[in-house]
Amino acid sequence: MLLHDTALVFGRYARQTLRSKFQILFGILMPLLYLLFFGPLLTGLPLGSAGDSWQVLVPGLLLQLGLFGASFAGFAIIIDKSTGVVERMRVTPVSRLALLLGRVLRDALLFMFQAVLLVLAAVAMGLRAPLPGVLIGFAFVGLLTVSLASLSYALAMKVGTPQEFGPVINSLTMPSMLLSGLMLPMTLGPGWLDVLSHLTPFRYLVDAVRDAYVGSYATAHMLYGVLVSLGFAAVSVTVGTRVFRRAGA
Amino acid sequence: MSIISTAGLARTFITKAGPVEAVRSIDMTVAAGEIVGLLGPNGAGKTTTLRMLTTLLAPTGGAATVAGCDLLADPAGVRKKCGYVAQSGGVDPHISVREELVTQGRLYRLGKAAAASRAAELAAGLGLSELLDRKTATLSGGQRRRLDIAMGLTHRPAVLFLDEPTTGLDPGSRTDLWELVRRLRDTYGTTVVLTTHYLDEADALADRLVVVDGGLVVAEGTPAALKTRYAGSPDASLQAAFLAITGRAPAPADAAPVAV
Ligand SMILES: Nc1ncnc2c1ncn2[C@@H]1O[C@H](COP(=O)(O)OP(=O)(O)OP(=O)(O)O)[C@@H](O)[C@H]1O
Ligand SMILES: [Mg+2]
Repeated sequence: MLLHDTALVFGRYARQTLRSKFQILFGILMPLLYLLFFGPLLTGLPLGSAGDSWQVLVPGLLLQLGLFGASFAGFAIIIDKSTGVVERMRVTPVSRLALLLGRVLRDALLFMFQAVLLVLAAVAMGLRAPLPGVLIGFAFVGLLTVSLASLSYALAMKVGTPQEFGPVINSLTMPSMLLSGLMLPMTLGPGWLDVLSHLTPFRYLVDAVRDAYVGSYATAHMLYGVLVSLGFAAVSVTVGTRVFRRAGA
Repeated sequence: MSIISTAGLARTFITKAGPVEAVRSIDMTVAAGEIVGLLGPNGAGKTTTLRMLTTLLAPTGGAATVAGCDLLADPAGVRKKCGYVAQSGGVDPHISVREELVTQGRLYRLGKAAAASRAAELAAGLGLSELLDRKTATLSGGQRRRLDIAMGLTHRPAVLFLDEPTTGLDPGSRTDLWELVRRLRDTYGTTVVLTTHYLDEADALADRLVVVDGGLVVAEGTPAALKTRYAGSPDASLQAAFLAITGRAPAPADAAPVAV
């Protein structure tokens, strides 16, 4: 039943995405611009970590793509709320978890598509990384997309309007991005910043994906990355499902 | 045997401006196969009551059973057996009529083929057959309302909740809907609870009326009984009875119109 319901909800929203090709390409624009206009600046710099500058930058850009794409996923449900579609679906016997999962899996798939494009572009720019490492990177950030999109839907179900939702999301994603060290390795900075950065889940992901990109798979970073992403996903999906179960207003 | 029964059902919304007691306490029972009209002025708590009975909104007080399932303990059971047409509908403007109807069937766990044939059947029943491939955004108000109703009938629910189903329908479509509701009851024994502001509709269609005001049941009975009791005669207008019940006196016929 859960599988059937999830596939159904996924199908509906996947078709919706396919109808808006603009959305698919627009999401990738920002990371692509960083790749083109920011990446070349880093090539001779000592970044204080293993691998060349592309192996440091591209994991960061993947995370950026996931972070911004998934955090704004909730906008779609604000629209669905206003048309009554959310309540219409909640009245049916469809599984509450499926109402969430169907949507976030669509978001994760969209992310995967954009991520592959991004990595291909990066390879053209000069990225060299082991294939298993690249795939591990996709898995990490794909899971992050699931978590963030779940939280985004939960928040969107709670707030009333896009005007409230946008600023909240902005004020959460910007510091998350800066603190995750996705642009430059956090180890370059002062100790307090490094500590602060470890308080966000994103830091562990960036470190893990960077390790994967230089082919070191059995590291402490990797272990923490796995634990943090699984924990974060479990919490986020639980929160998201709860909100679909008993929507407040 | 009663198919819906509520005891002290209540909902208070917490808002920035303070708590809003939308539904204070509703006690009502509905017998299987009955058509019940839920009446009341704007803001009386009709929609809030229906949203609680359809599991969309958690009550802040009281209890209810719907179609043999306890609202709080077995909301999934309630969902399987009841259909709901919301006051403002619930279709995506960018999706075609056919896709919405088929998806709705699939959400109610019909197989692909069954969902497709049910969609065609519902479209025929509500005069939407010609419109199946149109995006719902392009439908007229009344056409969209008929689609909303079709969506709510998808799984032949034992209990059907209709929130102002005929608002926006032309007179012909309105009487068609009355016929449809009666046919559902006669053929399938469907129980129907509907809200309306059209008192002629309530009079013609409902077996029994429940009038709410300020979140409380203020009167109930057959249309004839309410007219006799509150307007003095079974031949009086339901309008007169309604105004007497809700304490909103009719405006004198010769009152000067107010310019706004
Ligand atoms: N989500 C909400 N938050 C705060 N107040 C609400 C909410 N929903 C409804 N209300 C308030 O609860 C009261 C009852 O609303 P409800 O929609 O149930 O009325 P109604 O009888 O359906 O009215 P109408 O005939 O206008 O549709 C109103 O005062 C309304 O403003
Ligand atoms: Mg209402």
